[in-house]
Amino acid sequence: MSGKEYRTITDVKGPLVFLNKTEPVSFGEIVQLRLSDGSMKNGQVLDTSDDQVIVQVFEGTASVDRQTGVKFLGDVFKLPVSKGLIGRILDGAGRPRDGGPEIVADEMADIIGAAINPYSRQSPESFIQTGISAIDACTSLVRGQKLPIFSASGLPHNDIALQIARQAKLVDSDDDFVVVFCAMGITAEEYNFFVHDLERTGALENAALFVNLADDPAVERLITPRLALTAAEYLAFEHDYHVLVIYTDMTNYCESLRQIGAAREEVPGRRGYPGYMYTDLAMLYERAGLVKGKKGSITQFPILTMPGDDITHPIPDLSGYITEGQIVISRELHQKGIYPPINVLPSLSRLMNAGIGPGKTREDHKSVSDQLYAAYAQGRELRGLVAIVGEDALNERDLQLLKFADIFEDQFLRQSRDEDRTIHEGTLDLAWNLLANIDTKYLVRLDQKWIDKYHPTDKKE
Amino acid sequence: MSEENGVIYRISGPVVTAIGIAPRMYEVVRVGNEGLMGEVIELHGDQSVIQVYEETSGVKPGEPVVRTGQTLSVQLGPGLLTQIYDGIQRPLPKLEETMGVFITRGVDADGLDLEKKWDFNATVKAGDEVSAGQVIGTVQETETIEHRVMVPPGKGGVVKKIDSGSFNITEPVCKLEDGTEIAMMQEWPVRHPRPFIQKYAPDVPLMTGQRILDFLFPLAKGGTAGIPGPFGSGKTVTQQQLAKWSDAQIVVYIGCGERGNEMTEVLDEFPHLIDPNTNKPLMNRTVMIANTSNMPVAAREASVYTGVTIAEYFRDMGYNVALMADSTSRWAEAMREISSRLEEMPGEEGYPAYLSSRLAEFYERAGRVQTLAGDDGSVSVIGAVSPPGGDISEPVSQGTLRIVKVFWGLDAGLARQRHFPAINWLSSYSLYPQALDQWYRDNIASDFPEVRTEISTLLQVESELQEIVQLVGSDALPIDQQLTLEVARMIREFFLQQNAFHDVDTYSDLKLQYDMARAILSFQEEAKKAIAGGAQLEDVVNVPARTDLMRGRFEKGYNDKIEELVSEMGKQISSSMEAN
Repeated sequence: MSGKEYRTITDVKGPLVFLNKTEPVSFGEIVQLRLSDGSMKNGQVLDTSDDQVIVQVFEGTASVDRQTGVKFLGDVFKLPVSKGLIGRILDGAGRPRDGGPEIVADEMADIIGAAINPYSRQSPESFIQTGISAIDACTSLVRGQKLPIFSASGLPHNDIALQIARQAKLVDSDDDFVVVFCAMGITAEEYNFFVHDLERTGALENAALFVNLADDPAVERLITPRLALTAAEYLAFEHDYHVLVIYTDMTNYCESLRQIGAAREEVPGRRGYPGYMYTDLAMLYERAGLVKGKKGSITQFPILTMPGDDITHPIPDLSGYITEGQIVISRELHQKGIYPPINVLPSLSRLMNAGIGPGKTREDHKSVSDQLYAAYAQGRELRGLVAIVGEDALNERDLQLLKFADIFEDQFLRQSRDEDRTIHEGTLDLAWNLLANIDTKYLVRLDQKWIDKYHPTDKKE
Repeated sequence: MSEENGVIYRISGPVVTAIGIAPRMYEVVRVGNEGLMGEVIELHGDQSVIQVYEETSGVKPGEPVVRTGQTLSVQLGPGLLTQIYDGIQRPLPKLEETMGVFITRGVDADGLDLEKKWDFNATVKAGDEVSAGQVIGTVQETETIEHRVMVPPGKGGVVKKIDSGSFNITEPVCKLEDGTEIAMMQEWPVRHPRPFIQKYAPDVPLMTGQRILDFLFPLAKGGTAGIPGPFGSGKTVTQQQLAKWSDAQIVVYIGCGERGNEMTEVLDEFPHLIDPNTNKPLMNRTVMIANTSNMPVAAREASVYTGVTIAEYFRDMGYNVALMADSTSRWAEAMREISSRLEEMPGEEGYPAYLSSRLAEFYERAGRVQTLAGDDGSVSVIGAVSPPGGDISEPVSQGTLRIVKVFWGLDAGLARQRHFPAINWLSSYSLYPQALDQWYRDNIASDFPEVRTEISTLLQVESELQEIVQLVGSDALPIDQQLTLEVARMIREFFLQQNAFHDVDTYSDLKLQYDMARAILSFQEEAKKAIAGGAQLEDVVNVPARTDLMRGRFEKGYNDKIEELVSEMGKQISSSMEAN
């Protein structure tokens, strides 16, 4: 491209700059702004016509004036990718943040990322053992899945995410995960917590970090996850790595999306979020999976904090429609002092059935999981009843279920932050031991043949 | 008036404005240097507004826009079955061949294989008079489905020459006296319903093998159903169950703005699943359309029309077609997104004001009809709806419910208890039973409607009793009401719950459904007698034969054993009375 610099800014509104009288500029093109003090900002074309171009400025429009020079770089946003990304810390726009040298690019990858042809995908079906019973038994994770953590302010979602990153492994394989970590608007404190933990366990050498903190430009957050996922795709599909992408916090991302929408005076959808938020989120979440003929995989763990603990808020709601399940963190359990405070009832893994069962985890897994759910759900419901009528009004079955709910929370859910339970002995056998507190005749979700084989007291030797 | 070539004036995401051309509304145009496919959706002075079916980043004002003169159409002919398309009928395997695993852009692909030779068997002969819609020959498209080649709408006359033999789909197989040539392939604009003679009242049930659907809330062949539910409540599993087991001869499955991995699952699974009606792989009767959530939004808008047009084409051959759209909310959102880029005045929640009329138009393309050839054919439409937060007061759910005759309401609470299918039996409804009752009496059992009423009454009574139980506990109820609760629990756990992932339980034929319902009623009857005779409720409920009856549904050959199991249960219950 010519490298012509325009000084034709007409309007500046929030993060957007409007300018006119340019030569044809392409949609999505990268823009460089040179301010009068010589400092540079970056942006991207959001709308282009013969008369007017709208540019979104990643670093915000502070100090932009009508004299600011605007240069169109003739290309869409690209990230230099290479294996050298592993072990590096980059900022939210992809520049080194760790004081190291620039990334030596093997290739420049378009960060928007093309959609994977559904026909070319491969079904995810390798069980990942996280060592956390609540997840392994009830919302089993498989490689290539996108499973968000729905949390809320003040809950230990970061600990859970880190524990998963530390412990995640395939049952019959030594393949390690490479972690791509993407921070969007989190505080420096939270960021340090992540980095220290990754350092402490040596995982940092095996990770690539993309960091946009709370005091970094808000609009930059819109590209940070795209950079992270572009890196992940490159590592997974060009270099056969199994990549675990953790990004936090999706809520901040969506706030930025809303900010841009408002600045463009778009017609808002629910609660002021843009109508295209579903599609926009899908373009991130759908960059998970496995493809035919490639060995690598991308597994995603987005973390989002539900505003007001409200699961029907547009951010968790739209996410839930795209992701393959969700892990819901409960304030109630947290207040009871249970870690990890995972409420298994609203939690779900849509790919669970593909990843469990004979040859993968164990033949009784599905049965056990269904029974745990049913018993715990009924037990919790009975707590409400007991609050009104007292335990005396319950029959034997209900009493057992009520008691089971407590045992389940105390012994099954609760584990320490570095306790890595195996799926067989650590999780499923434990589940059987706890279920044995209920009369077998009430365990209607369990196949008789599994009772005969696994029940600690009623089995047939 | 008909300038052929223009230039791009403005680009905003999937919406491109062109100047210098005068296309017709809904005409397909080629946009930019790469020739991206787009459709004209608004004319505004000398500007034409185009929705583009592919990603537009990198496209510049000043690039060319070229008219094609065509409206968005699909190719119809042998080769549709077993295929998987994107929203604008590009075969995904073909796209993989040309662009690899990621979908890039600017690639054209025919919907049908134009080279492949098919064995055409003429069923009319020279001198016969044929009219639009009439079958002139057949092709064995898959093992199970015979493709009937029809005279395209608007054509007809006396056959001059017709040949059986091996042809590709563009070669003329038949020539009429007036010189019209007919090939196996025809094209049809997707936004226009295909013609038929008249619509009939639906009076035959669409069997799905799903107990709660077939028995309590049936859908008729040619009917419409909506499945709204929050995420995680099992919409997709229900849709897939219908695609697998419904007794339609052709299934069109539209994955509209949904997850990529879900489509992959369907693709992996269907070729291995056996159709219980034909014992051949289900894939043989299936056409799939997959436009996942991250694929271009304009193509998502089109995907629903592409699907329903293909469905209508098979209907015109005289087949019963079931069409699943998962999810219509994503389709509505695509409309919203495009409408907002057009800066149209929004209706409720930002959706365009024409949302409900578009929904109505789509569902109206369902129906059991007399085809142009005089045969019977039907398209049944089942649309999933994904209401935000599970709240069905939102516009898409409401727009859907105003039109559809069957409402299968999914319930997050049931899903949380792992009660699947999580269809709420109190809020769901079907308006078809009255029209279908005669069919049930004639084909299943003369008292079928009465049994159904009894079962649904029990569920209704249970919900009233539960309110009391919530206050005082179940032990405080009189014994007959406690029994009612037990019977209702049996309906829920034994009858309504059905495990989609279990080899046997996944499908129950209607006769078995009826037998199971009878088994529950006979338990109620026997238990009442026994309790009147002094037996304890607990003993009655806990007779081993009842557990056997309930667990038995997971075993093969249950259809034959159920009668025996019921009579054994009766015996044991009677003897529990004697024990006291």
